[in-house]
Amino acid sequence: MTLLDVNNLSCEFDTDEGRVRALDQVSFSVSAGETLGIVGESGCGKSVTALSIMRLLPQPMGQIVDGAVTLNGQDLTSADLQTMEKIRGNQIGMVFQEPMTALNPVQTIGKQLMEGILLHETKDIHTATTMTMEILEKVGIPSPDIRMGEFPHQLSGGMRQRVVIAIALACKPALLIADEPTTALDVTVQAQILALISELQNDLGMAVILITHDLGVIAEACDSVVVMYAGRVMETGSVFDIFDRPRHPYSKGLLASIPRLDTVPKTELPVIPGIVPGLQDLPGGCRFSDRCTHAQPTCSTQTPPLTAVPNESSTAQTHAVACLRWQEL
Amino acid sequence: MAGTVTAAPLLQVDGLQMHFPVREGVLMRAAAYNKAVDDVSLSISAGETLGLVGESGCGKSTLGRCIVRLYNPTSGQILFNGTDITKLSQKALLPYRQHIQMIFQDPMESLNARHSVGNILEEPLVIHGQGNAAQRSARISELLDLVGLPARSRTRYPFEFSGGQRQRIGIARAIALRPRLIVCDEPVSALDVSIQSQILNLLIDLQKEMNLAYLFIAHDLSVVKHISDRISVMYLGRVVETADGETMYREPAHPYTRSLISAIPVPDPNRREVRPILGGDVPSPINPPSGCSFHPRCPEQQPRCSEQIPSETIITSDHQVRCVLHGASP
Ligand SMILES: Nc1ncnc2c1ncn2[C@@H]1O[C@H](COP(=O)(O)OP(=O)(O)O)[C@@H](O)[C@H]1O
Ligand SMILES: Nc1ncnc2c1ncn2[C@@H]1O[C@H](COP(=O)(O)OP(=O)(O)O)[C@@H](O)[C@H]1O
Ligand SMILES: [Mg+2]
Ligand SMILES: [Mg+2]
Repeated sequence: MTLLDVNNLSCEFDTDEGRVRALDQVSFSVSAGETLGIVGESGCGKSVTALSIMRLLPQPMGQIVDGAVTLNGQDLTSADLQTMEKIRGNQIGMVFQEPMTALNPVQTIGKQLMEGILLHETKDIHTATTMTMEILEKVGIPSPDIRMGEFPHQLSGGMRQRVVIAIALACKPALLIADEPTTALDVTVQAQILALISELQNDLGMAVILITHDLGVIAEACDSVVVMYAGRVMETGSVFDIFDRPRHPYSKGLLASIPRLDTVPKTELPVIPGIVPGLQDLPGGCRFSDRCTHAQPTCSTQTPPLTAVPNESSTAQTHAVACLRWQEL
Repeated sequence: MAGTVTAAPLLQVDGLQMHFPVREGVLMRAAAYNKAVDDVSLSISAGETLGLVGESGCGKSTLGRCIVRLYNPTSGQILFNGTDITKLSQKALLPYRQHIQMIFQDPMESLNARHSVGNILEEPLVIHGQGNAAQRSARISELLDLVGLPARSRTRYPFEFSGGQRQRIGIARAIALRPRLIVCDEPVSALDVSIQSQILNLLIDLQKEMNLAYLFIAHDLSVVKHISDRISVMYLGRVVETADGETMYREPAHPYTRSLISAIPVPDPNRREVRPILGGDVPSPINPPSGCSFHPRCPEQQPRCSEQIPSETIITSDHQVRCVLHGASP
C-alpha cells in the first residue's frame, strides 16, 4: 500500500543570480513499512527533496512550483501550516545529519523528549516521564533515568543521534525521513544506528526514507532506491535493480568508483569526470550529459523522460531509467 | 620493530607518547592527562603506504601531527632516515620539513584563503630557498599539471574551487618540495565517492612517480585498504594490529579489527547478513580502561584482559597483534 507518493515534484529557489530549479519532476513512492534510499553526490537535491516533502524549504526563497506530495491520500503541497505542523509531529518523523542542530543545547534531553509526548500523546506528567524513559531505553540509551537529566553536549555523537531518533519516533510516525543520519558518525556507530532504525521500523511498521551518499548504506538498509543527479531522478528501482543491473551511466559510475575491500589495491579506480554543476550552470538536455562518457549530441538537447525498463519490474518497485541511450549501453 | 631487518626504514617511530595536559582551576594546573598517543611504534619504508585506521578519538591525527612535528611528543622517538628528529628545534627541523609534509581533511583550514593558488604553491619554495622567481614559476606550472589543475588556477583563490579541487591544491603544496613522506590525514573523508576516487588515483600516481611514502589516515577501511601496502589499527592511543592489507581483511587477528571490518557496509545487497555489531563508544583517553583498553567493548574479553596491557605477538614477520588471545611472542 502506497504511503507517500511524490509526483512530478519541482521546486525552485530565488537566488542573487536569478531563479534556479533545484528539483525537476521528481517522482517516487514509498509503501508502508518500506525503506527507500535516496542516493547521489552532494548537491544533487537529496536534502531539498526531504525539505520539500516536509514543507520546510527556506522561506521565502524556496518554493514548490509543480507536482504533488500525497501522504495517506492527503496532499501536503497545499496543506496549511498548522496542518503541516501536526503532520510533522505525528505522521512524519525527521532525523538529520548533525544531531546538535535538532537538539536544544540548553535543555535536558528528558525535557526535549517529553515536550512532544505532552503535546501529542498524553497530558499526564508521570505517564509522560515513564514513556520518555521507555523510549530512551528502546533507542539503546543506558541508564535512561540519569541520561534524562543530562544536556546534549554531555553525550557522544552516537548517543545524541539516538536521542534525536527517540524524539522523532516518540509519536510513532508512519514515515521516518532520515537525511544522512550516520554521515557524521564512525562506521561502528553507524552500524549501531542503522540496526536501531531497522529494529524500530519492524516494531512500529513505519516506512523510512534514508538519504545518504554512501552506496554501502543503501545496499545494507534499503528495499528500493532513487538515484538523483542535479535535481532529477536518473534511475529508480529495487535495490537489486540498482546494484545488479544498473542502467544509467550515472548509477554505473557511482557504483564503479567505490573502493571495495575485495578489489586489488593501488589499481586505478574508475572515476566520474568533473563535478556536480551548480544550478546556474546546468547543461541542456540530460543534466548529466556534460559528465557522461557516453553522451551524444542529442543528450544535451533532449531531456530523457524516466522510462520503465520492461520485464524488470518487481511487484513492489518499477525499474525506471532516464537516459536516451540506456538500451544501447 | 619486527619485519624491517633489511634497509633502515624511511620513518621509524618508537614508543611514541603524546599526553595533553587537561588543565583545571584558576591556576590551570594539569589535573590529568589526555593520553591521545600512548605507546605507538611503527615504521614506513620509502615508497610505501602505511594505512592507519581506528574510530575517531583514537589518536590518529595526534600521531600524524607528532610525526610532522606540529606537536612536541611527550616521549618516544621519531627517526627520519635514521636521524632522531623528536626533539629538534623548529630551526634545526627546517631541512626535514621539506621531506615530511602533511595534507588535511579540510584543505580550507590549511590553505591561506587570502592568497592566490600561485602564492600558496610558491610559499614553501621561497621558505626553503628553492630557485629564482622564474624557476619557481615554472615549478608552479609543473605542480598544477601534476595534480590535474588547469594552468589558469594559478591566479585564483581557494574559495573559487570545489572540495576535490581544493584537495588537489593541498596535494600540490605538499609535493612542492619533493618530499619523501606525506602524512595524509583523512584527505578524502569529506569528498563524494566519485571525487574520492579521483583523489585516490592521483595519490597513487604521484607515489609511483615520486617514490613517495604515505602515512594514510582514514576511518574508512575500504579506502585505506585500497591505497595501503600495510595497515595499522589504532585504539585509544595504541596500535593493536599491523598487517598487509590482504591479511588484515582476510585474517584479522584482533577483535577490534574484526569489529571494524564487520561494521563496514558492503555495497552489495546480495551479501547482506546479520553481522555482530560493536557496542558502545571509544572511552575517554583521560581515564582509559585498565589492561587492554578495548576490553570493556570486546566481544571476546576474558578476566585477564583488564589486568595487563597485552604485549606484541608476532604472528608472521609482517603481522603483529596485541591481544591475549594470541599468546606470547614466539
Ligand atoms: N536555500 C537555497 N538557495 C539556493 N540554492 C539552494 C538552497 N538550498 C539548496 N540549494 C541548492 O539545491 C541543490 C541541491 O542541494 P541539496 O538538496 O542540499 O543537495 P544534497 O542534499 O543532495 O547534497 C544544490 O545545488 C544547492 O546549492
Ligand atoms: N591539541 C589537543 N589538545 C588536547 N587534546 C587533544 C588535542 N588534539 C587531540 N586531542 C585529544 O586527543 C584524543 C585523540 O584525538 P585525535 O588524535 O584527534 O583522534 P582521531 O584523529 O583518531 O580522531 C582525543 O581525546 C582528543 O580530544
Ligand atoms: Mg544533503
Ligand atoms: Mg582525526
